[in-house]
Amino acid sequence: MTEPLLKITGLTKAYGALLACDGVDLDIRRGEVHAVIGPNGAGKTTLIGQVAGELRPDSGQVGFAGRDITRLPVPARSILGLARSFQITSVFPRFSALDNVALAVQAHAGSGFGFWADARRETALREPALACLERVGLAGRARVPARTLAHGEQRQLELAMALATGPRLVLLDEPTAGMGREDSARMVDLLAGLKGEIAMLLVEHDMDAVFALADRISVMVGGRVIATGAPDEVRANAQVRRAYLGEDEAAPC
Amino acid sequence: MTPRQAILFGGLAFALALPVLAGALGLDYAVGIATRILILALAGIGLNLILGYGGMVSFGHAAFFGLGAYVVAILSHHETMSEPLMTWPFEIGGTDAAILAWPAAMLACALAALVMGAISLRTGGLYFIMITLAFAQMLFFFFVSLEAYGGDDGLSLFARSSAGPLDLHDPAQFYFLVLVFVLLALLATARLANARFGLALQGIRDNERRMRALGFATTRTKLAAFVISGAIVGLAGALMANHTEFVNPSFLSWQRSGEILVIVVLGGMGTALGPLIGAAVFFVLEEVLSQWTQHWMIIFGPILVLAVLFAKQGLWGFIESKLDRHD
Amino acid sequence: MLLLEQVLNGLQLGVMLFLLAAGLTLVLGIMNLVNLAHGSLYMVGAFIAASAAQWTDSFLLGLLIALPATALVGIAVEIIALRQLYDRDHLDQVLATFGLILFFNEAVAMIWGPRALFIDPPSWLSGAVEILPGAPYPAFRLAILAVGLAVAGFLYWLVARTRLGMLIRAGASNREMVGALGVDIKRLYTLVFGLGAMLAALAGVMAGPIYAVEAGMGEQILIPAFVVVVIGGIGSIRGALVGAILVGTADTLGRAFLPGIFGAIMGPAAASGVGAALASMAIYILMAAVLVWRPRGLFPAHG
Ligand SMILES: Nc1ncnc2c1ncn2[C@@H]1O[C@H](COP(=O)(O)OP(=O)(O)OP(=O)(O)O)[C@@H](O)[C@H]1O
Ligand SMILES: [Mg+2]
Repeated sequence: MTEPLLKITGLTKAYGALLACDGVDLDIRRGEVHAVIGPNGAGKTTLIGQVAGELRPDSGQVGFAGRDITRLPVPARSILGLARSFQITSVFPRFSALDNVALAVQAHAGSGFGFWADARRETALREPALACLERVGLAGRARVPARTLAHGEQRQLELAMALATGPRLVLLDEPTAGMGREDSARMVDLLAGLKGEIAMLLVEHDMDAVFALADRISVMVGGRVIATGAPDEVRANAQVRRAYLGEDEAAPC
Repeated sequence: MTPRQAILFGGLAFALALPVLAGALGLDYAVGIATRILILALAGIGLNLILGYGGMVSFGHAAFFGLGAYVVAILSHHETMSEPLMTWPFEIGGTDAAILAWPAAMLACALAALVMGAISLRTGGLYFIMITLAFAQMLFFFFVSLEAYGGDDGLSLFARSSAGPLDLHDPAQFYFLVLVFVLLALLATARLANARFGLALQGIRDNERRMRALGFATTRTKLAAFVISGAIVGLAGALMANHTEFVNPSFLSWQRSGEILVIVVLGGMGTALGPLIGAAVFFVLEEVLSQWTQHWMIIFGPILVLAVLFAKQGLWGFIESKLDRHD
Repeated sequence: MLLLEQVLNGLQLGVMLFLLAAGLTLVLGIMNLVNLAHGSLYMVGAFIAASAAQWTDSFLLGLLIALPATALVGIAVEIIALRQLYDRDHLDQVLATFGLILFFNEAVAMIWGPRALFIDPPSWLSGAVEILPGAPYPAFRLAILAVGLAVAGFLYWLVARTRLGMLIRAGASNREMVGALGVDIKRLYTLVFGLGAMLAALAGVMAGPIYAVEAGMGEQILIPAFVVVVIGGIGSIRGALVGAILVGTADTLGRAFLPGIFGAIMGPAAASGVGAALASMAIYILMAAVLVWRPRGLFPAHG
């Protein structure tokens, strides 16, 4: 099994004259945490959007588990095992935390066309959902409406929803965005606990989180991947330090 | 008994006793008014499915109301004239049997909704509002120019539909039949709201993008809801044709679409009982204001503006929020 | 000859639609407001002009009184009601402005009575002009065409060349930025709304000699005007012009020729009904077709 789980080749996306992604090549192995870092506007969210299927690339391919999914619609990708969390928290505010996760389970559990039976009493939906909430440490908040959860808790809920779809790869767009130090550390712990089991494409500005989690790191600048490698290689890469970290070569990291 | 149950049982008892009460008080016409309110409520229940639960603002639901009404009227017309409806590729005659004509009305509306939904759900927001409006206008003008069925002047029914042992010309019997349909629709909505389909629909209303990312093929769900909604409104139209024993293109006018919207919003979007309350309030307001002045619209218009600005949750939504605090 | 006449009729309808659609699309593009009551301003303009023309015995004076008067009505409506709706969703806007339509139709019926009025065109435009040898055409309709095209030119100049136009364009794409420029955005909105009301009134006054001036006349043209806006692309003046011409000619030519064409193919009785039905549905079919092909209209203004 040497074939990567996700294989991105020559992915290009322009907004008018601006090349948000410019011939991006990137692959993710099974179970690998692959971080993508880069300055604001580097094209990271655009990259995730194309992998998730919301944005149609101008050219290039996305392969997932040996299939070309470049033209596959978003829901079909999710069914194949590709999950994502959003950069801007987007849970369903009026539903309870458990409802949110159960909805994610439902998407992958048979037909959505139940018109009569109370879905809130279906153990086939509720039990896996509760297990996912437990996994992210939110079991105690299962009945609380999602809108009343604290910001950090909502991010955890996002993760639980992604997990509930039984993914092989999770696309994480800044999972610690807007979090305090404590929440942030908890999220990193959570992700560390999933490591090895689920592959992750992790976009993150918090370098502590990146270096704690990543097996490999790709650096994006101006729509291009300028370097890919193990954390130590990237840390040492002079081009990266110049282009991204904005340091001159002599400065300590 | 909780306050909510008390309200529900009280309302149901009132609805069941209404024909007797009206008879005793010598207000026989009240049965007809109540029937009308129930039929409008049924149309509202149909629209509420996509508007309240699905967040789809259709400004063209009168199309289904009118189409359902016309199907009943046209079938009955052919039955009366004993002319076949069509002779090729096979012969279909007219009918005035409710058991045939009403499902035919629903089926026709479901098909129309399938086409209309398949095209309009490709767009969103304002474009969706406008394209549903355009479709309704299209059907409106279609019936205006359909000279064979009266064109602008409309079409009278020779008689109400025949329904086995029931005599629909008897106001009380017709009223109870309509009441049964409304109760069934209410029950179905209440169940649906917590069933898989309903939860998916509400998820789409709140954040469609997220639902797709979770793996829901949302367009299919929305289309299914749109079709069911169209069929329910079509049934309401079929009942209204029976009630008035007359149809004309104004059944499909855009003002009618606006009225159904108003009913749902006044009553409370996304609540099962909202459309019923909305229809009653709408009708009572109309009655009260028009008793007072023939120019009642000049008061109703601003009331509507104020309701939108200051009472967005609707009447039943408001009552529910109070009840929830008690329960 | 007949074709030329009908094409001119189509263009003239298109010009009227453009006057309404321009205001609608500006208000939609800039304030993000669906204003169903726009047709009511058209109606109010026509009624004021009808009264004023009768009173002063002059079409032009009627026009000159109706334009600012309607603009004032529009501005009052904006300040009292519509301003509260800018931040609401489209559903709220549709319902509230639906309420305004009911109000205006009834108000007009109360003030002017239920009977339809007519406005006489000015005497120097009441004749016909020979556009081609042997093909007379009403001078007033030609004047409508000329006025409409002049307004289109004026709007183009206004939006493309003036400071106000710059603000309008900027406001359509970025409200905060205009606010940051130190422009009072409320005043800008009110101004744009007054401009839209004036254009609607202009259309209403010019409609007076051709159609009946009656309660409910606004909605007959409002819905086609919305079709124009949607076809052209929300927020685009150029789209409104192209869409209006398309809709105006499609509607007029359809009504003039489709029944005949179908009659010739399928035999007169049944077929002219089909033709007439198709003709009255033509603009909606056109809109559906455009949206299938381009879901955001012909000239999407942003995004
Ligand atoms: N819909 C759009 N239309 C036009 N330009 C866009 C659009 N979305 C993104 N861009 C531009 O594309 C570039 C890449 O944006 P993107 O959001 O992918 O960056 P990012 O790496 O995720 O940045 P951040 O770290 O701030 O999240 C930016 O210059 C952005 O302004
Ligand atoms: Mg980003």
